[in-house]
Amino acid sequence: MTETQEALRLEGITKVYPNGVIANKDINFSVNVGEIHALSGENGAGKTTLMKILFGEEKPTAGEIFIDGDKVNIQNPSDAIRLGIGLVHQHFMLVPSLTVTENLILGIEPVKGLRIDERKARDQVSEISKKYHLIVDPDAKIQDLTVGQKQKVEILKTLLRGVRILILDEPTAVLTPQETKELFYELKLLRSAGYTIIFISHKLNEVKELCDRITIIRHGQTMGVFDVSSVSEEEISRLMVGRAVKLKVEKEAANPGAAAIRVRGLTILDDSGKPKVKNVSFTARRGEIFGVAGVEGNGQSQLTDAITGLGGYQSGSIEINGLNISGKSVREIREHKLSHIPEDRMKTGIAPRLSIENNVIADKIFRKDFNRFGFLNLSKIAAYGLEMVNRFRVSCKSAQVHINSLSGGNIQKVVLARELSSDPDVIIANQPTRGVDVGATEFIRQELVGMRNQGKTVFLISSDLGEILGLSDSLIVLYEGEITAYFPDASSVTEEELGRYMLGVEKQSDAEIRRAVHE
Amino acid sequence: MNEKRINLLVDLARVGIIISITLALVFLIVFLASQEPFVAIYSFFIGPFTSIRRIGNIVEAGAPLMFTALAVIIIFRSGLFSMISEGAFFIGITGAMIAAIAWRLPFPLHPFGAILFGGFCGAVAALIPALLRMKWSVSEVVTSIMLNYVIQFLSIYLVNYHFREISSSSLASLLLEPTAKLPVIFPGTRIHVGILIALAACIVLYLFLYRTALGYSIRVVGDNQTFARYSGINAAKTMLFAQIIAGFIAGIGGASELLGMYTRFKWTSSPGYGWTGIVVALLAKRNPLLVPIAALFIGYMNVGADIMARSSDVSREVVDIIQGVMMLLIAAEALLGGFRQRLIVSAAKLEDSLKSPEIKLKQEKGV
Repeated sequence: MTETQEALRLEGITKVYPNGVIANKDINFSVNVGEIHALSGENGAGKTTLMKILFGEEKPTAGEIFIDGDKVNIQNPSDAIRLGIGLVHQHFMLVPSLTVTENLILGIEPVKGLRIDERKARDQVSEISKKYHLIVDPDAKIQDLTVGQKQKVEILKTLLRGVRILILDEPTAVLTPQETKELFYELKLLRSAGYTIIFISHKLNEVKELCDRITIIRHGQTMGVFDVSSVSEEEISRLMVGRAVKLKVEKEAANPGAAAIRVRGLTILDDSGKPKVKNVSFTARRGEIFGVAGVEGNGQSQLTDAITGLGGYQSGSIEINGLNISGKSVREIREHKLSHIPEDRMKTGIAPRLSIENNVIADKIFRKDFNRFGFLNLSKIAAYGLEMVNRFRVSCKSAQVHINSLSGGNIQKVVLARELSSDPDVIIANQPTRGVDVGATEFIRQELVGMRNQGKTVFLISSDLGEILGLSDSLIVLYEGEITAYFPDASSVTEEELGRYMLGVEKQSDAEIRRAVHE
Repeated sequence: MNEKRINLLVDLARVGIIISITLALVFLIVFLASQEPFVAIYSFFIGPFTSIRRIGNIVEAGAPLMFTALAVIIIFRSGLFSMISEGAFFIGITGAMIAAIAWRLPFPLHPFGAILFGGFCGAVAALIPALLRMKWSVSEVVTSIMLNYVIQFLSIYLVNYHFREISSSSLASLLLEPTAKLPVIFPGTRIHVGILIALAACIVLYLFLYRTALGYSIRVVGDNQTFARYSGINAAKTMLFAQIIAGFIAGIGGASELLGMYTRFKWTSSPGYGWTGIVVALLAKRNPLLVPIAALFIGYMNVGADIMARSSDVSREVVDIIQGVMMLLIAAEALLGGFRQRLIVSAAKLEDSLKSPEIKLKQEKGV
């Protein structure tokens, strides 16, 4: 590019949330026409808030927005779209029971008389989808598409609305390596067609591969704008976190012992009788991190629910430390030294309007330390809350504040504090670092490895390939509720290889998979 | 100013605004409806304080509201929206009536037993919608409201066909045994031992919610049922317990109202303390310790309205209008939201500037 033209400029953006959190502090941010611009920072640094302000989903406390040099006032997402700004959410906003075409034209239907001009709609869709190589079957129903395809529909949706500035909020978080590669190809095509793309991510290798420039945000402030080619990943991560971060988890070889979780022939059906987990057998041993890889929605949630006693199962057996958990309550299973870091901390992991200290004792309320003949020992609870906050480095004013006044990463640390402090033997960790900043991620991973080094079993479910490969000692891959692969040594697996099993392109032989049972 | 202080300030300002709007509404209605507005307003606001007896009336009016408000607090805190406090209160009256007429016991034992029996009836009533919800996921809102009617007519049936004073032309039960009556504690008023029970209940319930494991479980379940289940707390059992406690308190309230204030059961319809109890509970911000203040305030309004209706040409229905408006205002969470936001912003900025500016804007490699 010989001449750079500014597509978008945010000036002095400040945002204070009703709970007093300053998400953005006097941020300046500008993007040129025809570039892919990375917006990076830890979670909770304020990237998403900034983009929500740009897209009209949040109102800034102060600051101005300019598009093509003109000051604009964006009140809501329709304003933003009219101004040519499109946002592809991390969680897709599509109607599952409608077809791709129907979803795409929703609200902008070409009409012939009173009826929707279906042929024209289809033509529009296939034209634009061919042009940018975003190939999806226009007549397929959204519910039958893979995650990667749904994302293409989301991108097409914004293009069809005449958007010129495209914001992608952590688009690769849910993709396999193959899908990511495809997405990058498509995005590069869009760039050469003159589109401006804002790519929100904290995966630095992706930023290096795809983007032209990067803006780094930390604690709600801009740490600078750089040409991606002129900074190293280490420099970027240091700017994001404020200190040098170990990007790789360091751990010694595992020394697996006796069986801790024994699952045999487990089958789980959903409400409509469709199998979600099909005849799954494996053994997770003491002193190892046992990984479960897979694209989300391939039976991981049902499997964790069954193991932790939250959900039922139709056939097979589950043993935790020798206890068959059939018919056992969550409390009984937990008393058998099982801990659970849930997938969705906001929905399952906390009581949002209770204090931090009340949240860390929720699983220990029956224990003598805190409960004397039904009465709470308030001073012990307060002391314990304080201890947890300090040990797990939760940044908060005190342990008495409502937990929902904390950032996502700190909430996750509270969950971790509760679950790891209950002296568990088996830790079920479902997406333990999702939506958690780099610093906290490093901390959480170290804690999990520490647990494993003490001879405990960590059962790790994660859709983050780097995490699952970096942390696991051995791992299984779930595809449509079945184990498609077992790797006794996770360090020998590449992301591409794993991706093929995750997508169901390949499957190991039954004999290979049966090794997961260890008998 | 920290967040707690801001919330307190905003809450106080909100209460102030709610009361001012309420008062303005009283003025408006009175000036529109009355030929002699000043008499009406005087009797509404000052009337309740013009004699010991009337001050007593405020307390008497507040006592039953404390019980129902406590019941509402426990129910709402457990995450259910059962409206059973009305029915539990009324069945408590009926239970106590049966005990007070049919039982033969000496003085302290008789009211004690009758109140416990009233509480028991209330607990059973409150359990029904909760059980239906647990077993067959029937909406507790609907079943509790329907059950309130069932209880109302069951009670009237019992009085009419089993405990009726034949010689009376209007509906009235037989005379309650004098041994069952709750004694008056302030001569010259009708303030009875029931108010002491109510105040004690407020304190006990506060301690229960914040100092016991079961109270803690109720708060957890009410805040996030999924989380409770995940932590190993039996959410269903906890909710049932909460209903039993709430029904018991409302039932005790009904019983002590009957035994303290009346010599016969004379109600022809449910008195509505359960509904007003919701207003009181919300006004007290679901905190048992604030219940007495909120209940006395509503009691004061009721007494004022009665006096106004008697001594001027404004009817007492005005109070119902006012209570309705107050409920809307209390429920309007966003009231003063902008004010709160501004305070928060300035507090956050102040705190931010006090922190050492560790993060300097570093424009290392600009564009």
